[in-house]
Amino acid sequence: MKPAPLDILAPTSVAHALSLLVEHGDQARLIAGGQSLMPILAMRLAAPAILIDLNGIGALRGIHAQADGSVIIGALSRHRDLERSDLVAERLPLIAAAMPWVAHVQIRNRGTIGGSLAHADPAAELPALCLALGATLELHSPRGARHVAAADFFQGVFATERADDEMITAVHLPAASPGQRWAFIELARRHGDFALCGIALTADCSPIGQVLGARIVVFGVSDCAQRLPQLEAAIVGTTPTPTSIDQAMPALDQVEARSDHHASSEYRLELLATLARRALRQAFGFDERIAP
Amino acid sequence: MNPTREITLRVNGNTVRAVCETRITLLDFLRDQAGLTGTHAGCEHGVCGACTVQLDGESVRSCLLFAAQVSTGEITTVEGLAPAGSLTDLQRAFRRHHALQCGFCTPGMLMTADALLRESPNPDEAAVRAALSGNLCRCTGYQPIIEAVLDCAESRAEATLRADQRHAPTTSGGAA
Repeated sequence: MKPAPLDILAPTSVAHALSLLVEHGDQARLIAGGQSLMPILAMRLAAPAILIDLNGIGALRGIHAQADGSVIIGALSRHRDLERSDLVAERLPLIAAAMPWVAHVQIRNRGTIGGSLAHADPAAELPALCLALGATLELHSPRGARHVAAADFFQGVFATERADDEMITAVHLPAASPGQRWAFIELARRHGDFALCGIALTADCSPIGQVLGARIVVFGVSDCAQRLPQLEAAIVGTTPTPTSIDQAMPALDQVEARSDHHASSEYRLELLATLARRALRQAFGFDERIAP
Repeated sequence: MNPTREITLRVNGNTVRAVCETRITLLDFLRDQAGLTGTHAGCEHGVCGACTVQLDGESVRSCLLFAAQVSTGEITTVEGLAPAGSLTDLQRAFRRHHALQCGFCTPGMLMTADALLRESPNPDEAAVRAALSGNLCRCTGYQPIIEAVLDCAESRAEATLRADQRHAPTTSGGAA
């Protein structure tokens, strides 16, 4: 349970980190908080000769309000930075509500936003939050910068759109519409463990409560976080009531869930139906939100 | 190739310097180079919490950090909580409540709870349970640990109240 021999390089700028990444190619891995990579190294599932430690790039850490109501979060911001941020609480209540559910406090003190997104664990909260909020990821490489919608970024288990010479530098979160509804809910056997199933959702509503658009995201049940388009379609255009939420549930029939040693596919689908109903009831004010 | 380097860390207010393999975790540095074996090596992949220390006052898992990454921070281990031979009020509360049996998880529990009480001095039971959820204990069933942390928080609140009352002006007539 010790990492294989390795060297650690500590660049202090994004440009320097990228040049090191190009220079060392597949011998090197980027490390930010390390809360997912360190266990991988300890179990020798990966044995890079070089780690490029991003923690010295201070410019990558910070949560920035934009004049248009959007928020830009630097990739090196730690989960606890978001958990404690007044700006996040005000503009991104979905993220504020979800943070206490992410792992354990010791992990959140160190783990970074960019690291979680780049790792792309199927049961991680952040990819789901980015999908539910319509986030865009900013990636840099020696070839330049580009912005990738979260919807295009997550491609499978630990698989993303990020190229080998790229690093995530920031997450852009658009301004919420007035009166946007949201909910976050997950279930794990022990608080802080990876979720067996979770739901993150946002819904834009008209002043009289009709749903104009919704992003309902499930995580933990398949290869990566995914929207539930049938359920969204069943909700959009309605003015949700407890009855109409119940009536929308058959829209989940098409979802497929994986089986593993934590839970069977059947159990995950049961959880999905239960949690989706609860999330919708919370979002539209029919149930109290559940504290972690 | 097995890269080595000189690593200098600030631990419990002291400077510890050692030449060691670059791959060494903070956990192994503390135990093997600094001789501070109060920090326990459990799972070594971030699950059990036995290796929890504080980095700049925040609880972190020392098995999930390389020693070479934390040379700019202040590290506190269980040995740094109280002067040798004495106990903090939190440690005394653990003893009072039988919050340990074998003691393997205790350093991690203490470092996590100490950081919790600094950040939220009056946590409710749910907050204590959530904060300690990343620390496994196979002896106590957790309940005595939760009670010790809550008792410590309560004692501190009472002490603060008494101190406030001693310093409160006496001319205001009390309840007004």
